[in-house]
Amino acid sequence: MKSIVLIYLLSLGAFSSFLFQNKTKKESIKAGSEIYQDFCLQCHLSSGIGVSGVFPPLKASDYLLENTNLSIAGIKYGLKGKIIVNSEEYNGVMVRQGLDDEEVADVMNYILNEWGNQTTAFITPNQVSKIPKSLVE
Amino acid sequence: MKQIKIYFLAFVLLSSLSCAQENTPAIETPETVDYTHTTIVEGIDIPWGMDFINENELLVTELSGKLYRVTKGVKTVITGLPEIYLRGQGGLLDVALHPDFKNNNLIYLTLSATLDGDPGGNTALYKAKLVGNTLKNLNLLYKATPNTKKGQHFGSRIAFDGKGHLYFSVGDRGNRDENPQDISRDGGKIYRLNLDGSIPEDNPFVSSSKAKQAIFSYGHRNPQGMTVHPTTSAIWVNEHGPQGGDEINKVESGKNFGWPIITYGINYSGTTITDKTSDPTMEQPFYYWVPSIAPSGMAFSTSDVYKGWKNNLFVGSLKFEYLERLVIKGNKVVKREKILDKIGRVRNVKQGPDGYLYLGVEGKGIIKIMPL
Repeated sequence: MKSIVLIYLLSLGAFSSFLFQNKTKKESIKAGSEIYQDFCLQCHLSSGIGVSGVFPPLKASDYLLENTNLSIAGIKYGLKGKIIVNSEEYNGVMVRQGLDDEEVADVMNYILNEWGNQTTAFITPNQVSKIPKSLVE
Repeated sequence: MKQIKIYFLAFVLLSSLSCAQENTPAIETPETVDYTHTTIVEGIDIPWGMDFINENELLVTELSGKLYRVTKGVKTVITGLPEIYLRGQGGLLDVALHPDFKNNNLIYLTLSATLDGDPGGNTALYKAKLVGNTLKNLNLLYKATPNTKKGQHFGSRIAFDGKGHLYFSVGDRGNRDENPQDISRDGGKIYRLNLDGSIPEDNPFVSSSKAKQAIFSYGHRNPQGMTVHPTTSAIWVNEHGPQGGDEINKVESGKNFGWPIITYGINYSGTTITDKTSDPTMEQPFYYWVPSIAPSGMAFSTSDVYKGWKNNLFVGSLKFEYLERLVIKGNKVVKREKILDKIGRVRNVKQGPDGYLYLGVEGKGIIKIMPL
């Protein structure tokens, strides 16, 4: 009996995780690539190198790769004022793009794993939902 | 040997023709700088649109959805705005006073909105009465359809021809294959309305039942600068091309400006969109920028405030962070100059009732150019 309950619970768990399917990292990166084409590329460029002094780079960007939560907050709420990226100062405005938490997670996974960027982290919508605005205020 | 030389010359010629060349005249740095600038209002992140009530007072839109009345440098929020769909390049866009604002207090706004229909948004034009610091009698004059969650190319600028018409632009909304060339669809168009929002009887497509009858011209990509020529009353626009190929166009009734069938630009990824830069059925731009400057805002200087700038055209560069001065002779741009280089992303430029030029600069606010 115990084992039946256990099997039941396990299969319920497996089934619900299937139902409330969270994307795999690969799927998230793919979706993020589309978001990137749509919302980010005009400034940060398809190569992710940005424009020196105007739009910060995402490729090999210390700011992005070392401050995951701050980067999420920047995308989620918008970012303005002085930041230092790879020893260069940027003092611009990135407006809030109106992306939902899942879209923010997807585009984060894309930029964290494109142009030679690599990370073991996997950003989830749940993680994005918990990032407070105070980080970028 | 001679033959080798010829081959070599032919090779050089061909290879220089085949890559996107910088368009002439080359941009210059002014030899003498006999002007400076002063900030007249701060703390407006993306000052997208502006219009002047009088010499001391103006309305300024902030992309994030705020409309300000700025009186001698002090800003007051105006309430009663319609709901705005904030996504990507969308938000609160242009503001323009009715030509008879002094008597009727009417203003026009363009913004991105959802209203009815699918999730997402598209560009809308509203008319409203400014009573104190509140908008009353909100009146939706036009709403482009369908809604889409795409983040790009809402346009939008508003201009008047002085003959009872309002013009406004809507970009291609990130759907270049369907919108700009199809007059039964919105997007990638310049629209022309009477001041009350009705459709002028002499609009080019009024007799076509399938067409959007407010359309004046089509085949545009993302026009974010628009002004009326001071003597001809023609409507001039500038529009963002893809990488390379930003354009100035003099719009004309019923004309097709070619996007995306012809363009001087290429995809952001570096791949080509089309190998055609001209077509007998489509209009050539008055001027095009290679490389792109990301033009936004547009104004003629018609005053004697600045030395040698009268009748020059001014365009903001978002990408290179300067104001571009274009000297036009006959039907040609003969000189281009960087004004206030590195000032910041210039989103907008207008001439005030005092004849001075005012810029909307991202991250800064409104800046006035002062002759020395």
